[in-house]
Amino acid sequence: MAKAHVYKRDHINTDEIIPARYLNTDNAAELAQHCMENLDTEFVKKCKPGDCIVAGGDFGCGSSREHAVWALQGAGVGAVIAKSFARIFYRNCINCGFYPIELENATEKINNSDEIEIDYEKGVIKNKTQKKEIKFKPLPDFAIAIINDGGLLEHIGKKK
Amino acid sequence: MPMTITEKILAAAAGKNEVEPGDIIDVKIDCIMCHDVTAPAAISMLKEKGIDKVFDPEKIVVTPDHFQPAKDIKSAELHKRLDSWAREKKIRYYYPLGKAGVCHALLPEQGHIRPGDCIVGGDSHTCTYGAFAAFSTGIGSTDLAAAIATGKLWFRVPASIKFVLNGKLPKGVYSKDVILAVIAKIGTDGALYKAMEFTGPALGEMSMEARMTITNMAIEAGAKSGIIGFDEIAKKYLDEHLKERKQYKVYQSDADAKYEQTIEIDCSKLEPVVALPHLPSNGKSISDCAGIKIDQSYIGSCTNGRIEDLRIAASILKGRKVAIRTIIVPATPFIWKQAMDEGLFGIFYDAGCVISAPTCGACLGGFMGILAEGEKCVSTTNRNFVGRMGHPKSEVYLASPAAAAASAVEGKLADPRKYM
Ligand code: SF4
Repeated sequence: MAKAHVYKRDHINTDEIIPARYLNTDNAAELAQHCMENLDTEFVKKCKPGDCIVAGGDFGCGSSREHAVWALQGAGVGAVIAKSFARIFYRNCINCGFYPIELENATEKINNSDEIEIDYEKGVIKNKTQKKEIKFKPLPDFAIAIINDGGLLEHIGKKK
Repeated sequence: MPMTITEKILAAAAGKNEVEPGDIIDVKIDCIMCHDVTAPAAISMLKEKGIDKVFDPEKIVVTPDHFQPAKDIKSAELHKRLDSWAREKKIRYYYPLGKAGVCHALLPEQGHIRPGDCIVGGDSHTCTYGAFAAFSTGIGSTDLAAAIATGKLWFRVPASIKFVLNGKLPKGVYSKDVILAVIAKIGTDGALYKAMEFTGPALGEMSMEARMTITNMAIEAGAKSGIIGFDEIAKKYLDEHLKERKQYKVYQSDADAKYEQTIEIDCSKLEPVVALPHLPSNGKSISDCAGIKIDQSYIGSCTNGRIEDLRIAASILKGRKVAIRTIIVPATPFIWKQAMDEGLFGIFYDAGCVISAPTCGACLGGFMGILAEGEKCVSTTNRNFVGRMGHPKSEVYLASPAAAAASAVEGKLADPRKYM
């Protein structure tokens, strides 16, 4: 089961998710050690495989660095649930086979440390702690197809 | 059906007669920009997946810029990977050290940007090229890999927001102040997923350099792209800079095209604007923030590291001394030489500034001017996020080259108009 790490803030940007001082590598394991470092230096220690980040609007704004997604994936994050996502980050997530979940008032519906379970295809988050089911709009079909294939390049490879 | 310039370019690139916002289309790409942070990963992905091909080595432009010249061993390895790939794939437009410059200043200057084209780059500020009536947007490494291999990408057609820039810019107020004012008005997600189309008489008095400062920062309002229609000023720049394939297609928005919103800005009422930490949307008039003590002034980047910017800074620094560390970063080798030939370097030297090689450098907190804990920097760059130029507890104040130069002289945020 996944634990929620809630950051009640809008505009959590790529410089916070993975600071540029670490962009001299594209190795996910190395990047993961610095995941969210400019925002929460404890994050990497707290995050267990499959855990989710819950945040406000415009998550992932800023740079086009896909390193932000790799750092999150490398740190074991299973999905990010946010009120809205910045465009390039959103695209990068799908391209990497990683779920960006858009959820209105996400940080009010999920509390820090809540245990949650996500059904991506149906668009349901089960909040086990609060014993509630929260619906979200599933991704468009073509995006789910890319994620299910494991990412854009795998998807393109399959289409050929 | 009436269409905006963005819709027309995308429709043509998708081989369709018309498109509307929300359509998902497969688009043919005319130019792909690759640099040292996002491209090496794209190259490795392609190798790993065994789709190690390049759709067209003439349509890819490669320049290391972020950590160029290599700042440490790891970035040297990135450059090495980029270099050997560019040579192996016979990328025609490869700009290694000596020719390399900050990507978004380099590509237009070297004649790679044409109206009507569909351009992508592995960098969020790729929206800069929209100043040339092209569709241009930033992508990550996986999209970059897909574009390199196939020459195509899917896009959702963005709705457009129209910004009408009315009036004449007062003395001491520049295109940087206009875009900071726009972002302050609509917020960092005010144009999320949208195309920002800039029109209006104030553009008629702006050079292509000044216009690029505006489209450069479209992403800071969350936009997919920024675009400015074609005119005589664009034509003159292109006549001087396009080296080959001098023909291009000019698209214009229909008079009755649909916009999600139209926002009018009276430029004649603007003051110099400074975006306070830690968001580009924190723009305040200089009169409301002058006097804040500053430790460093940084004049450079893809936003304001072009020759016109250096001339403006030099006009203020001439015969004066800077009170704080001041770093001048001409964005490309050509701009560097222009600045030297015009005698600007002498002015900067006499004022006590240091002049760097063309690089992204400290703009993204890479090197060449990193901030210590608690330090404040006034910068002509485009982002002032937490830790952007150094320590997570340092601060960045975004401003025009004139305001950055005036602040350098006083050691605190200063109004450039009193030096004119
Ligand atoms: S100068 Fe700064 S904003 Fe521009 S491409 Fe380089 S790092 Fe990005």
